[in-house]
Amino acid sequence: MSTIIKATNVSKVYHKTTIPVHAVNNLTLSIEEGEFTAIVGPSGCGKTTLLNILGGLDQPTEGKVEVGGIDISNMKDSELIDFRLRNIGFVFQAYNLIPVLTALENVEFIMLLQKRSKKERYDRAMELLEQMDISDKANSKPSQLSGGQQQRVAVARALASKPRFILADEPTANLDSTSTSNLLDLMAKMNKEQKATFVFSTHDQRVMDKARRIVTLEDGTIVSDVKR
Amino acid sequence: MYTTLAWRNIWRNKRRSLITILSITFAVLLACVMRSMQLGSYHRMIENSVRFYTGYIQIHKEGYWKDKVIDNSFSYDPEKLSEVNQLKGVQTFVPRLESFALSSFKSQTKGALVMGIDPEREDDLTRVKNKLVEGEYLKSEDEGILLSQGLATYLKAGVGDTLVLLGQGYHGANAAGLFPVKGIVKFAMPVQNNQLVYMSLKKAQWFYAADQLITSVALVIDDPDDAPRITSEITKIFSKESYEVMDWKELVPDLVQSIELDNISGRIMLWILYLVIGFGMFGTYLMMTAERQYEFGVMISVGMKRLQLQTIVLLEITLMTSIGVLTGIMLSLPVLTYFYFNPIYFGAEAAKAIEKFGIEAVYAFSLDPVIFTNQAYAIFIMAIVLAGYPIWSIHKMKPVESMRP
Repeated sequence: MSTIIKATNVSKVYHKTTIPVHAVNNLTLSIEEGEFTAIVGPSGCGKTTLLNILGGLDQPTEGKVEVGGIDISNMKDSELIDFRLRNIGFVFQAYNLIPVLTALENVEFIMLLQKRSKKERYDRAMELLEQMDISDKANSKPSQLSGGQQQRVAVARALASKPRFILADEPTANLDSTSTSNLLDLMAKMNKEQKATFVFSTHDQRVMDKARRIVTLEDGTIVSDVKR
Repeated sequence: MYTTLAWRNIWRNKRRSLITILSITFAVLLACVMRSMQLGSYHRMIENSVRFYTGYIQIHKEGYWKDKVIDNSFSYDPEKLSEVNQLKGVQTFVPRLESFALSSFKSQTKGALVMGIDPEREDDLTRVKNKLVEGEYLKSEDEGILLSQGLATYLKAGVGDTLVLLGQGYHGANAAGLFPVKGIVKFAMPVQNNQLVYMSLKKAQWFYAADQLITSVALVIDDPDDAPRITSEITKIFSKESYEVMDWKELVPDLVQSIELDNISGRIMLWILYLVIGFGMFGTYLMMTAERQYEFGVMISVGMKRLQLQTIVLLEITLMTSIGVLTGIMLSLPVLTYFYFNPIYFGAEAAKAIEKFGIEAVYAFSLDPVIFTNQAYAIFIMAIVLAGYPIWSIHKMKPVESMRP
């Protein structure tokens, strides 16, 4: 398996001029293709900051992040947007979807930005919605969907662009146990069937139980890295 | 997809969008009505003073305009005038011999402006025949006179009565005569209605002992905007040294100035209106930007370019503005069309007070397309300028910060 993400000596310091806060502290991490990795740790340990840096949403103060061998640490904003569109899928905690678009349109949206044909967009979006077991809600707006259903649409959208990997920041934080279990099962299925690489942050034990690799953070530093 | 997104975004907060659209509609409607009333009244004033009195261009002997005495008259030269008549845009010319005289009937006496006219040509310019309220119109060598209604009322004279006119003729000659009243004419402008006396050019030349002389030639032209060009061409026929050729803006400078002054105050009112509406629009754009920070952050995170997002927001603003502007114009059109054909006349008391200032007591309306296009431009320019805020906000936005709970 090849390395998809390689973070080397990455640090992120907030409030550098007043009271510095080391959200991520000299961290080195590699993610291989097809992994199903959970980044865990208590609140404020730097999980979200690390995911943001790995996803090119935030720039590290020090260190280097490579995705597929390309250094994204010093990319320009416009280059990063394009890079994210073609290489990374995102699932956020909540309010992931564009409220005025239907579930189907939300999944198609990414492919529209990638300038794919109408037929390709529709076929792929429907296929993903079926795989996420939510095709019956294809024409529903996000406000008509439950939290769990919305997150399933968000995962479908993240997969739609055929990214190198998917970053999910506490995707189950606002879900009940059934929805959490369903979403994790579907993510695991996608990981297995489509070889999609998932990196997600969580502090939910049920999510950790499903992960095949658990990276534990404390004060912005990796304190354990366990593969199962 | 851009248009779909923009359109649906407008209606995600129906009440706010409707209030914004309605405020734009109201602004356009009010601005159109205000502007139409102003331009309509200006047009009417110009028509009354220029189209129906002075003409758009006049030719005089050099110095006449400063010193309007009959001694500053010049020879009526039909050959030169037919040359003028052949210039592009000139419909006809109207020769006149104007001077003052004392008019008297029984025990009443009042100063009068006597105007010797070619009845047919004069009617081409001033449509004076249409203003006849009693009696008959003049013929080219008529012995009688037409009396303006206000003067007739003052003198208590009517059709068939004989008026005494007394004045000073060419080179100090005595001017005195008896003139039967052949008709009464009514003018909108009080300054004309209270002092004008019309007689045939021949009769006036006889009365003022000014054989073959005239004091002015007024021109009827196709388009008032052509006046400067025609004026300059006339100076090649009537030399500048001996004649003065003036366009309507020089002929009625007081009117032009008062219109310009009123126009400025009207524009200030419009800008105040736009300012109020502008604050409302800006409030909407501010809210629209603030409440969608998280959403904008998600869109940029997943790969939407800032320019694409800015385009959607700009489309939303343009669509809302277009709906507001079009509705405002569509609502104002029937209102203005009605008042264009049915101007608002003041009541008797108010009319008297207004006419004292020499203005016709009427609110006339205009349907000039510029009224509608200018309001549309103003609102669109304002919307585009105000759209700068959300555009700038998206440009500066950091997705990570905007998605922070």
